[in-house]
Amino acid sequence: MPLTEKDVRYVAELAHLDLTDEEIRKFQPQLDAILGYMQKLNQLDTTQVEPMAQVIAPGGVSLPLRPDRIHESLPQEVALANAPEAGAGHFKVPSVIERE
Amino acid sequence: MDLTALTADEVRELLRNKKASAEEVCREHLNRIRQKNPEVRAYLTLSEERALKQARKVDRLVAEGKPLPILAGVPVAVKDAIVTRGVRTTCASKILENYIPPYDSTAVARLEAAGAVILGKTNCDEFAMGSSTENSAYFPTRNPRNPDRVPGGSSGGSAAAVAANLATVALGSDTGGSIRQPAAFCGIAGMMGTYGRVSRYGLVAFASSLDHIGPFGRSVRDVARALKVIAGCDPADSTTADIPVPDYEATLEEDVRGVTVGVPQEYFNGLSPEIGDNIQKGIDRLAKLGCKIACISLPHTEYAIACYYIICTAEASSNLARYDGVRYGLRAAGHDGLREMYKKTRDAGFGAEVKRRIMLGTYVLSSGYYEAYYRKAQQVRSLIARDFLEAFDEVDVIVTPTSPIPPFKLGEKVDDPLQMYLADIYTVTASLAGIPGISVPCGLTRTEPHLPVGMQMLARHFDEARLLQVARAFEKSGGFELM
Repeated sequence: MPLTEKDVRYVAELAHLDLTDEEIRKFQPQLDAILGYMQKLNQLDTTQVEPMAQVIAPGGVSLPLRPDRIHESLPQEVALANAPEAGAGHFKVPSVIERE
Repeated sequence: MDLTALTADEVRELLRNKKASAEEVCREHLNRIRQKNPEVRAYLTLSEERALKQARKVDRLVAEGKPLPILAGVPVAVKDAIVTRGVRTTCASKILENYIPPYDSTAVARLEAAGAVILGKTNCDEFAMGSSTENSAYFPTRNPRNPDRVPGGSSGGSAAAVAANLATVALGSDTGGSIRQPAAFCGIAGMMGTYGRVSRYGLVAFASSLDHIGPFGRSVRDVARALKVIAGCDPADSTTADIPVPDYEATLEEDVRGVTVGVPQEYFNGLSPEIGDNIQKGIDRLAKLGCKIACISLPHTEYAIACYYIICTAEASSNLARYDGVRYGLRAAGHDGLREMYKKTRDAGFGAEVKRRIMLGTYVLSSGYYEAYYRKAQQVRSLIARDFLEAFDEVDVIVTPTSPIPPFKLGEKVDDPLQMYLADIYTVTASLAGIPGISVPCGLTRTEPHLPVGMQMLARHFDEARLLQVARAFEKSGGFELM
């Protein structure tokens, strides 16, 4: 099924991207071509194949745990130094609760 | 003497014998950068103050007669996707234009602890997404071997800096070929270790199951030396392996007679002779060195691009969700409410390729498509990894071209993302399998304008020592200059 402009708008909404109409028109055929190419994987029967979610070298151990110790962390003013807007030791954001 | 043309071991010898100071080596590089960088455009930001401070620290060790660390005074360029405390790190994106990291990446901290001098941050494709460095939000970098051509990508600035003698060694990052391909395009050596060999702490995340940090150098020894310094377990990156790091230089000059080199037929089907002829000569050279050449098959190669671009975009869409205009980076003005702020910030801050990949990744993870795309790709990834494991039952090293094409012209491929993706075919496979790979120069194309060709060598998980040994034997035999 080809990817429509409506699909592109829906995905942009999920991805929190405020795309312009021009961007939507440009991306639609490009994304459609790439997703079409990806259909190639359907040539392979993978019913018996385990998905590989991470690299584990032969004989290797997955997800080693480290001791849960408290260590030094960034001071508050340093952690806030790159914030677009900060105040009273917090990140400032626009009002979260939207009015009807 | 040209202090910018030396290798890392030569720099250290010079300091040890007091024939030059680290400050002189550093200043000579900064001077050359001032001269050449306006044309090559390898650097985005210079860290002059930090570099000179570190150089003077090294010079004090010399003056006090203290032992010199392994990378003493070696000028290093760092890809701008790797964070540096107090030095602007943009990832070549507008969304991080004014980001000043409050900490150092482990790789950079380890380099400085080993005496290296960090000169500055190099250009790359935005968020390391691309194969030409043209996706930088700031400017494209030119290939020092031919200014009309791209340096490759995404670590194009790092490769160009080393190729143009604007640094001795550089750090890049490699997710699907972003160190190996620009090394090939710029005619130098570049390496990605095994997944888990080098800490990614402080690497701006693109695709976490595929991202690596690795070194560039003009010699295999420099690459081996830099890799040894940055490799090893790091409590700050839980994906690093708790496996001892061997002394790669100790085994570098060993004889390669009897080493079995596999040549996968799938990597040569339809390959243009301008690349294929050089690689064949390279393989002949390895045979002359006493390597046993064996034809092998990696049957799932043709599915690698589709598999890779599903997995990397899916992971990217998740990793890049953090750029929301709240904790750091750009926040767009003129919004009404939180959701609109997110959307406007992300639209204003990301370039076209980053948006494309976030869109693809969001799509393949979305309800109704997850099984068909993402899970399917993870299954195919198992098959590709299995191909390599089976091949390494028979051979020690696998040799392929690094790229199916020589460096292309700036602007030539920017409007066709799928064509750009397809050119990554020879590098994405090792990334998916998690095995180490190196690209070494393999002469120039026979036809004008004689562009660099790279040969890729791959090895078993954590067998970097063997990989470097074969690469070094090839270099010593004059393989880099093959015509």
